[in-house]
Amino acid sequence: MQDATTLKEYRKQLREALENDFQRQALDNFAVAYRTSRANAFADIDAPELIAEIAAAKDESIGRLEELFQEFKRHAEAAGTKVHLAATAHEANEIIARIGKENNVKTIVKSKSMTAEETHLNDHLEAQGFEVTETDLGEWIIQLRHEGPTHMVMPAIHLSRYQVADLFSEVTHKQQDVDIQKLVKVARRELRPKFCQADMGISGANFAIAATGTIGLITNEGNGRLTTTLPRVHVALAGVDKLMPTLHDALRIIRCLPKNATGQAITSYVTWITGTVPCEPSPRGTKVKHVVFLDNGRLAMARDPEFKQVLRCIRCGACANVCPIYRLVGGHKYGHVYIGAIGLVATYFFHGREKAKNLVQNCLNCGACKAVCAAGIDLPTLIKEVHARIQDEEGHPLYSTAVGQVLKNRKLFHTMLKSARLLQKPITGGTPYLRHLPMFLFKDQDFRALPAVADEAFRDKWERIKPRVADAKLKVALFSGCVQDFVYPEQMEAAVAVIASKPGVAMEYPMGQSCCGLPLQMMGEKQAGRELAAHNMNAIDAQDFDYIVTMCASCASYLKHGYKRLFADDPAMAYKAAQFAHRVIDFSSFVRDVLGITDESFTGPSKKVTYHAPCHLCRGLGVTEAPRALLGEAGLEYVPATEEDVCCGFGGTFSVKFPELSKELLGKKLANLKATGATAMATDCPGCIMQIRGGFEAEKTPFEVRHVAEYLAERLKRK
Amino acid sequence: MTTPNLVEKLTAKAGLVSATVRCVASMDEAMAYVADVCVGKEACQILASGCDAPLSGTAEALCETKQDKIICAPEMPDEAMAALSAHCAERGVKLITSGMRAHLGGIDIGLTMAAAGIAETGTVVIRSLNEEVRLASMIAEIHIAVLPARAIVADSYALEPRLVEWMGQPDFTAFVTGPSRTADIERVLALGVHGPLELHILILEDK
Ligand code: SF4
Ligand code: SF4
Repeated sequence: MQDATTLKEYRKQLREALENDFQRQALDNFAVAYRTSRANAFADIDAPELIAEIAAAKDESIGRLEELFQEFKRHAEAAGTKVHLAATAHEANEIIARIGKENNVKTIVKSKSMTAEETHLNDHLEAQGFEVTETDLGEWIIQLRHEGPTHMVMPAIHLSRYQVADLFSEVTHKQQDVDIQKLVKVARRELRPKFCQADMGISGANFAIAATGTIGLITNEGNGRLTTTLPRVHVALAGVDKLMPTLHDALRIIRCLPKNATGQAITSYVTWITGTVPCEPSPRGTKVKHVVFLDNGRLAMARDPEFKQVLRCIRCGACANVCPIYRLVGGHKYGHVYIGAIGLVATYFFHGREKAKNLVQNCLNCGACKAVCAAGIDLPTLIKEVHARIQDEEGHPLYSTAVGQVLKNRKLFHTMLKSARLLQKPITGGTPYLRHLPMFLFKDQDFRALPAVADEAFRDKWERIKPRVADAKLKVALFSGCVQDFVYPEQMEAAVAVIASKPGVAMEYPMGQSCCGLPLQMMGEKQAGRELAAHNMNAIDAQDFDYIVTMCASCASYLKHGYKRLFADDPAMAYKAAQFAHRVIDFSSFVRDVLGITDESFTGPSKKVTYHAPCHLCRGLGVTEAPRALLGEAGLEYVPATEEDVCCGFGGTFSVKFPELSKELLGKKLANLKATGATAMATDCPGCIMQIRGGFEAEKTPFEVRHVAEYLAERLKRK
Repeated sequence: MTTPNLVEKLTAKAGLVSATVRCVASMDEAMAYVADVCVGKEACQILASGCDAPLSGTAEALCETKQDKIICAPEMPDEAMAALSAHCAERGVKLITSGMRAHLGGIDIGLTMAAAGIAETGTVVIRSLNEEVRLASMIAEIHIAVLPARAIVADSYALEPRLVEWMGQPDFTAFVTGPSRTADIERVLALGVHGPLELHILILEDK
């Protein structure tokens, strides 16, 4: 459970987590294995279609939770189940404790329930004198260790067999073997008497089907079945978001959940319970059964246009499985009760701002979670939204407001960049890198060399290099982004040369353009971001152009998807943003798909080039083929790298705020690139270039890191 | 899909999750198999815990509750019961049809009739409003389910109308796919953590 009160303390905890070698290795192994098993599990299924169906069906239910609750209650009560709705976590706990007392319950067995973790049910029941035993193996282990879960599906993934053996030796007062198969059997035997003796069983519910008043439980171990069968009282605790109209909705989710969670086709057990069933030890011969639905902010959330998506979550845990940060630090540092990407969002709503405010900053915006989410939730955007909300509520940090002010004022920002060029002279030593960094300014940044600002910005060269096209068939605006404009103008020049190699394309570089605004979103400065977006849409009148081409994957994805979202509440601006977004295209897709450049344009000796897939290109825009194919067209030998689409750790302002994490991710990226045997790498994002080139430079490894446009430009046939 | 194809698919999918699948030509053959499995199984000890494992006093005490080899076969059709009693008597196995709560420490075999099979996932569907049936499929070390070939459907959607009908009154129905499993310790797969260690599916061929 993450409990740091300041960002500084949080960073300290993160550093400690990074030193946990066992956990690092376990999560690494899992991340790699997960990819393959998930792909295999979905081999015969159209995953995007299934995910879209789930999202649509969940949205439907979320719109009518109150009505579904009434319908469920009617059917369940007709079949003998008592149904409750608890407004708060405390109320839910109280209801359950009361049921216990009314039925003279002493001992309780529990099968895994995230909702019960959310309400801290065990603490409450224990304080009231009940004896509570978790029966899911992983949950039991962490209960005995007095810890929270570190993964939604595998709560004890952070522990080694040695730790478990020690724990079990303590519990049984006998020395236990470290053999996993034996440890599992010990747990089976130790827990069996608990099941036999328990008066009450508490379970969660994966589904609550309104049409029949049925709950559905999915488990692998079978503890859910024993918990709901042996004791004479059964209470199921579930979020109201588990309500769905029909069985079909549940069957659809079952097709997806286990596959997305662990790569299983289906779990060992899916149990459907309707009403009260015969139960021998119960005085009346049938089970005493209650279903408690927890609101705890969900019904309000269901009315929030932005955040109602959160209620689509089916708790598969996949968003943690693929998150590069979760993989580094584990669930105790990457969530409060709910972990992973969904935890970053849910914590704010279910556990409050204090618990969420540090966590929510720790996101690269890499989009891996969104791409894998079983319910199609736009997690990275929601994480940034929570960040923005917290800042609006708590007051914005000084630096963040200041950056917002500067970026909003294009002239001021550009003047500052130009003066930086003069100021940096003493620290570059005439190289393209900032050499002796003033350490008080850039603490912990020495894992990568930072580039110096170029002598002349692209915007200042434009009039000189602009190709004059007489009869234009295509009109194109270039959007450079700040980094290419001021730090890497050569990437822009290369792009211009490549585009100009096809006749009939008129290019404009609208001078009024400024930063795309993504850094402001990353910092939670939503209002300043809106102003900046409006500014750019004025500077580049979309109506005048067929395409707006950008060489920066992050800018492209933000211009295309982010702008529309910024103005969701302003129809006129939203329309304008949609017009604008419609024309935005990334460089590689433009060159390959629109201009149709082929191998005839290129010449020169081949060499091995590997590739890094920028998050905002491969996931943000879904562009995967174009850049790789272009390298081939240009006659280069493309050598794939391992985990090519895993984030390099740049994440814009992220790498300044969390340098330790950025460094680890970069280290892994460099190792994967080196392992290809190539000594050159192409990519489509200046941010990634800054990070990766800087990393190689810092460790003094000769490795060429350039934009795809540069590789193409240098191999263009001269006319 | 025709029945032979569904049988094949179910067999393949169930095999992937460590279930044992056999086709049997008659109920008598099925019952002989059940008795054989019981006899072939280790002594009357609680196999699940591996009686060599050091346990706490309470857990150890459960061992005392089980002294014979036991098959529990609640709610089986008369024809099956007649055949099974004969096989059990011959082989010295105790056969019960109720009273599972006296055997919570475990029994050797829980025998059930599956209401349906789902080929897509290698699943057997067990309806168990009867508590004895429920417990037999949970408490046993080996769960054997007899599944009539004609009760196999292609996927869970195909079963939906029947499930909905069952859910119209108090009901307890389970999709069972392979034996109980966990990967909670170091992600290493271990079978039989709480539920059965083995699942056998006997597909009863159509006559
Ligand atoms: S966007 Fe990337 S870093 Fe952020 S939560 Fe999702 S996977 Fe993790
Ligand atoms: S947010 Fe999506 S990926 Fe994460 S647990 Fe929920 S459904 Fe799964």
